[in-house]
Amino acid sequence: MFWINIISGIVIIGILGFFGIRELITDPVYFLELVLGGLTRGSIYALIALGYTMVYGIIQLINFAHGEIYMIGAMTSLIVASVLGLWGWNSAVIVILAFVFAIVYSCAYGFTVEKIAYKPLRTAPRLSALISAIGMSLFLQNYVMLAQTPEFMPYESLIPDYNFWEPYAHIMTSVELTIIITTIVVMILLGMLIKFTRIGKAMRATAQDKVMSSLVGINVNKVISTTFVVGSATAAIGGVLIACHVGQINFMIGFLAGLKAFIAAVLGGIGSVPGAVLGSLVLGISESFFTGYFWSEYEDVFAFTILVVILIFRPSGILGRKETEKV
Amino acid sequence: MLKLSNIHTYYGNIQALKGIDIEVMEGEVISLIGANGAGKSTTLMTTSGIVPAKEGTVELNGKDITHTPPDEIVKMGVCQVPEGRRIFPYLTVAENLDMGAFLRQDKDEIKKDMDYVYSLFPILADRKNQPGGTLSGGEQQMLAISRALMSRPKVLLLDEPSLGLAPIIVKQIFSIIAKINQEQKTTIFIVEQNANLALKAAHRGYVMENGAITLTDTGENLLANEDVKKAYLGM
Repeated sequence: MFWINIISGIVIIGILGFFGIRELITDPVYFLELVLGGLTRGSIYALIALGYTMVYGIIQLINFAHGEIYMIGAMTSLIVASVLGLWGWNSAVIVILAFVFAIVYSCAYGFTVEKIAYKPLRTAPRLSALISAIGMSLFLQNYVMLAQTPEFMPYESLIPDYNFWEPYAHIMTSVELTIIITTIVVMILLGMLIKFTRIGKAMRATAQDKVMSSLVGINVNKVISTTFVVGSATAAIGGVLIACHVGQINFMIGFLAGLKAFIAAVLGGIGSVPGAVLGSLVLGISESFFTGYFWSEYEDVFAFTILVVILIFRPSGILGRKETEKV
Repeated sequence: MLKLSNIHTYYGNIQALKGIDIEVMEGEVISLIGANGAGKSTTLMTTSGIVPAKEGTVELNGKDITHTPPDEIVKMGVCQVPEGRRIFPYLTVAENLDMGAFLRQDKDEIKKDMDYVYSLFPILADRKNQPGGTLSGGEQQMLAISRALMSRPKVLLLDEPSLGLAPIIVKQIFSIIAKINQEQKTTIFIVEQNANLALKAAHRGYVMENGAITLTDTGENLLANEDVKKAYLGM
């Protein structure tokens, strides 16, 4: 099995490398566009995938309502931006407030969903919590559909276009640049939170052993809530950014984005934070190449094919730990 | 100091503890011995609030802590070294010790205590930056005890400290337990299958069978007791 892995890895990288270099030589600008487009996609996936992977790391639950939290972030920012826009506020203030409200609302929803749908099932079999998660996801979709509208709503980008490098602007728009930079900043902050702060240490300990964590004085319920809140905040940021990028939203956007981010988290190794980021970038860039060079209609099929292949050949993902590794 | 009265604890429908009474005085070393499945570990889990009692009360210095959440109980100074040690496998030795001091804010004192546990178990100082999961069983037990000491407990609950360890390591660990009791004035409550060791180390002992206390006396008297000899000492 080891050698099969190595050989197939070399073959895949060889083929991809060959095509990649050929395309790079024939049309370097197009190639660059695809890479940057893939990075943008990957960044958004990463912002959502973090929530999946952190929650899974701590309570071994795939939080299927997570995509909806992201959608609620985008919706909230649209509402805030529209209202403030009508009042004629300064656009910089609007951007900041839209982000702030999106984050606050998403965090509140994330926190509440955990309290209502998962906490009572903490000791129940895992399947019950998973079904509860799917129920929560459907509920939130329909709730937003009823409260807002089932139609697609235009979303005017909050991030202004820049003109100073006009001839190259088609390679990377200001929104894409903002997405990539924001993601990098969020990742660094989150990494520091997990590595150095008290709550970060508590999160790592809780992910490894919940009973022992409470025996050293960690309030496990609080740590779990915090994890949901942090995951929701990053998803909300992703929601606002993608809405700016795509230019329209409706109540269903969380479904597919959530699934894609889930695939990214599995690809990177679910439960691993660096894995989620890596998996997202790999998925984003490979999707981008696939749609750019092969068939753009089969974009989603491609992503799900990756999921199936990963689950068959390497279920622990790129950076995931083996399940058996218990001390 | 710590008083369990008429404790009944259940796992689902199965009753693990059937009305036990245990009292631990300040500064004492107490041993609870008994066979596999007698309910020894459950007693500690109930004391720590992980599996709260359905009936009866756990009191700490007169305060009822039966339904206090586990992290609050640690805050009050009752710290447990659970069965199987439960080291955080992916945290380093130093980080594991840090987790033990999770509730404390006094950085200088934490540093001092860390030096103290390194002086008790010098091997841990050598392995400071190694992940906890890579330590041997004996080292993990040392780390588990050290981690508990980092919280400056008033009462230290030890669950099977000798489990799966080489006799020489067991001896070392029990001598350190005695040292902690004398130097730090920590009250110690040991649960053990190794009755001989546990009773020698203890001021008083309790014998447990099928979820109930059947016998209690000083450590010496229990060692001399015919029934205990037959059932637990193999003599």
